[in-house]
Amino acid sequence: MSIAEFRTASVARGGLLYMRAVPDVGLGERVLVRDHANRTRNGQVIRTGPDVVLIQVFEGTDDLDLERTWVRFLDTPFQMPLAPTVLGRVFNGVGAPADQRPPLVSALKRDVNGAPVNPAARAYPKEFIQTGLSAIDGLNSLVRGQKLPVFSSSGLPHNRLVAQLVRQARLPGDDSGFAVVFAAMGISHSDARFFRESFDDSGVLRNLVMFVNLADDPPIERLILPRTALTVAEYLAFDLDLHVLVVMTDMTNYAEALREVATAKGDVPSRKGYPGYLYSDLAEIYERAGRIRDRHGSITMVPVLSMPSDDITHPIPDLTGYITEGQIVLGRELHHKGIYPPINVPPSLSRLMKDGIGADFTREDHAQVATQLYASYARALDIRNLASIIGAEELSQIDRQYLAFAEAFEQRFVGQGEDEDRSIVETLTLGWDTLSMLPKSELTRISEKDLARYHNGHEQDSAA
Amino acid sequence: MGEVLEINGPIVSIRLPSVLNGEQVRLGRLSLIGEVIAREGDQALVQVYESTEGMAPGERVEALGHPLSVELGPGLLGQIVDGVQRPLHALQAESGDYMARGIQVPALDRDTLWPFLPSETLAPGDTLTGGQILGTVQETPSILHRILVPPGFEGELLELAPPGNYRLEQAVGRARTRDGNTVKLYLYQRWPVRVPRPYGKRNDAARPLMTGQRILDTFFPLLKGGKGSVPGPFGAGKTILQHQIARWSNADIVIYVGCGERGNELVDILDSFPRLTDPYSKRPLMERTLLVANTSNMPVVAREASIYVGVTIAEYYRDQGYDVVMVADSTSRWAEALREVSGRLGQMPVEEGYPAYLASRIAAFYERAGRVETLAGNTGSVTLIGAVSPPGGDFSEPVTSHTKENVQVFWALSKELADARHYPAVDWNESFSGYVTEAARWWAQEVDADWEAARSKAMALLAEDRELSRIVNLVGPEALSSAQRWTLQAATLIREGLLQQNALDPVDSFCSPQKQYALLALMLEIHREGTRLLARGVPVQRLLAMPLLAQALRLKHTYSSDQLAELLEFGNEIRGALAPLHSEYGHSAEDPP
Repeated sequence: MSIAEFRTASVARGGLLYMRAVPDVGLGERVLVRDHANRTRNGQVIRTGPDVVLIQVFEGTDDLDLERTWVRFLDTPFQMPLAPTVLGRVFNGVGAPADQRPPLVSALKRDVNGAPVNPAARAYPKEFIQTGLSAIDGLNSLVRGQKLPVFSSSGLPHNRLVAQLVRQARLPGDDSGFAVVFAAMGISHSDARFFRESFDDSGVLRNLVMFVNLADDPPIERLILPRTALTVAEYLAFDLDLHVLVVMTDMTNYAEALREVATAKGDVPSRKGYPGYLYSDLAEIYERAGRIRDRHGSITMVPVLSMPSDDITHPIPDLTGYITEGQIVLGRELHHKGIYPPINVPPSLSRLMKDGIGADFTREDHAQVATQLYASYARALDIRNLASIIGAEELSQIDRQYLAFAEAFEQRFVGQGEDEDRSIVETLTLGWDTLSMLPKSELTRISEKDLARYHNGHEQDSAA
Repeated sequence: MGEVLEINGPIVSIRLPSVLNGEQVRLGRLSLIGEVIAREGDQALVQVYESTEGMAPGERVEALGHPLSVELGPGLLGQIVDGVQRPLHALQAESGDYMARGIQVPALDRDTLWPFLPSETLAPGDTLTGGQILGTVQETPSILHRILVPPGFEGELLELAPPGNYRLEQAVGRARTRDGNTVKLYLYQRWPVRVPRPYGKRNDAARPLMTGQRILDTFFPLLKGGKGSVPGPFGAGKTILQHQIARWSNADIVIYVGCGERGNELVDILDSFPRLTDPYSKRPLMERTLLVANTSNMPVVAREASIYVGVTIAEYYRDQGYDVVMVADSTSRWAEALREVSGRLGQMPVEEGYPAYLASRIAAFYERAGRVETLAGNTGSVTLIGAVSPPGGDFSEPVTSHTKENVQVFWALSKELADARHYPAVDWNESFSGYVTEAARWWAQEVDADWEAARSKAMALLAEDRELSRIVNLVGPEALSSAQRWTLQAATLIREGLLQQNALDPVDSFCSPQKQYALLALMLEIHREGTRLLARGVPVQRLLAMPLLAQALRLKHTYSSDQLAELLEFGNEIRGALAPLHSEYGHSAEDPP
């Protein structure tokens, strides 16, 4: 089977190749497509029957001459070879080397689609990761095994934020092995270079595996790239016991490639032309993050996506938000004010924060401080709106205190330097400093005990 | 024996003459299980519960002779099963941490010995009919499992086993059917999930389902046997609210269906429920809970089935005379599974790609809720609570709008409230309950005769607050009269001191009906007393500056449901704090209003 080549291509359109009369082809089987110039392209069977076999060609179907196209069916699913030497390597979407080094050879190969983790085998993620960024650590804490995306928009500094996160993320007091898997889908050459340099500066290159598909590479390859990358991440985490941070950027490009192929196949569109299965498809990727009981490693995932026209209700951020365990939303308004990182706090959320903080991981007042900052900032934003209508001088004394609080919160708590790595105690201290601009009677989310202890700087040092 | 023709994702067309619509088939080398959804000539379309990757045309297909069914018997509770009732712990023992395909494990463990006590009123020679109670098994320390004669059976009891320990495959009775066949009766039975289980007759729902959540119980009550829905955009707290209902509701049995949602959320339940105690029975929560898990990365066809698997098990416990709550998170994923299958079948989409039968499927699903007289003459109920995940938070989308037409209780979650960390983010303007009158009867009898009036007063304050807030947003608070500013303050007390409830706070997470009413009454008392003082000329600023107000907001997490007396003491503090104002403005606090 694997030697025979078929020359029965009948249609080539939009990255899809239709083959006539190929017997006994399995769904998901890997194929090699050889064109008239003797170049080989990679493909995968996405529908199979006695009359027609449909192949998705990752390098696209441009300038295929149907009469002079030969297809070999390899009788195996798409697999990625796995070995410890994968660290430090660069690949393209189908797992071929992109670093001028020889291909990875290993007896161990795994189907890139993976298999769903049995929910009963999962371990609940609850170890606090310190990123050194107050808006994340203090208000939307990341824990090991979480999937926490960054919702960004064009022109916002999500790349700098993610690079800083990769540089600084660590578990306080834990020096077990870590690795970074970086999956780039459709990003520009300059963004790719920025990431390379930043990884180089932070000395993670030896623990890094990169999968790169640039903006001018074939878009369909983006469909398999995150799967190949996550197969490597699973190997690093659950075979080699490493704590793996997976960064995937930009998921919007992935979803657009999916839409392109779905449209070519004639799938029924749901919202904005995206196929109805976009949710399940994204879930297959995102749900590969996590922890497994009795295994040491973990996969923490930070996907980055850009919201088309800053619209958080667009299907891509919307469906992502329904699958991931929270989201970090970047805001244009803060960016215009010159605040870095421009994390828009109200719509940001970390669902796994509740079990990863508190006396066992950070400090006993963490949860209350976070809720109070959220509530007070929401109130302050209402007052800011009011002030823009009736003017700040019409406001009451307490309302003006709120306005000052909002300024300090944005500038000093959310805002920080690109190389500023704050400990969680520093973050909480800053949180108390800003909250102390408001009178105690306004801080009803905080217990009287903690108020007595921390408000206006009392006893703060003793808690470190 | 037939063969596979074409494979298109989870939809496989086969040639298999005389297979029935709805029948289960086993396909291919991997023995994947699927269900026939359409017939045409000698061909049929099958939706497959597991990934079809690697399957090729020409592989063999075998009909199994029955529709998708569940096993019903002791051993269900405390389990976690997948969308077609395969026990996940047993699967893990069999195939490791990842879901392997084609593995068949019986839903109920065949080796466990169950202590069976035969019914004392039955003797050989008695007539047996479906739904009758043959005997009992203590399934968990808190739940007595009643072994039922399978519905539809009619005949004569020949033999009933003596008390003792039995495995599921050991018969506990023999009976002769009407047409003279002898059949054996077991501790378990099977039932097709798409067919509602029969009951005696429907009764009106009458008693509220207490969830321990103030905004639900006091403001938008649900009844046992009722239908409720929780729509909300992502991040509004649907899952936390559903977990709270599963934790604290006063039902006998809770079925939690995780339908196309996050794996870690189910792990959260699996980890925390065995350690949490049911406030009513004081037993670990896991003893009354069953989890059905089809996470978002598991096969989409089994997602469609998971809802029916859950509700059939719920009906089975209802038939034993229990009050069952089924929580489905999220029905939108179930609807999307319908859409995906219908799309692959090339059916004409109507709204947003959904098939035309979406509305009737939703209606038929919610009709499986209800309070009934069982075939054995007991009363049992199934309460259905479905989460809805509208794309972009748009409540006019098809799943939300069709659900809204079919439920009596609509707990609408709001992004704005969630962004301000006001949880549960149930929006009091958008939500409704059609059961307030029935609930009022219960509250009047069990808690306080004034409940309905107090609830209405609080709702009126919230409505007034909404109007006044609009004015404030335009012209600022100074434009309001003293009475209006005091109303705003009272609404704040209700919003923050009552409606807001912290699921993570050990004291506040559960609130008994008595505590709910006590808090409501105290907040209203502050408002009423303040209004009296305003009428006597006390400036509103004096009232707004009272430390009493911040204390009132902390009451909910200061006193637990067991400290009702201490909580009610706060009434004296209110009077004590106001007394100086009363005397200063020339009256005694003891004056009649």
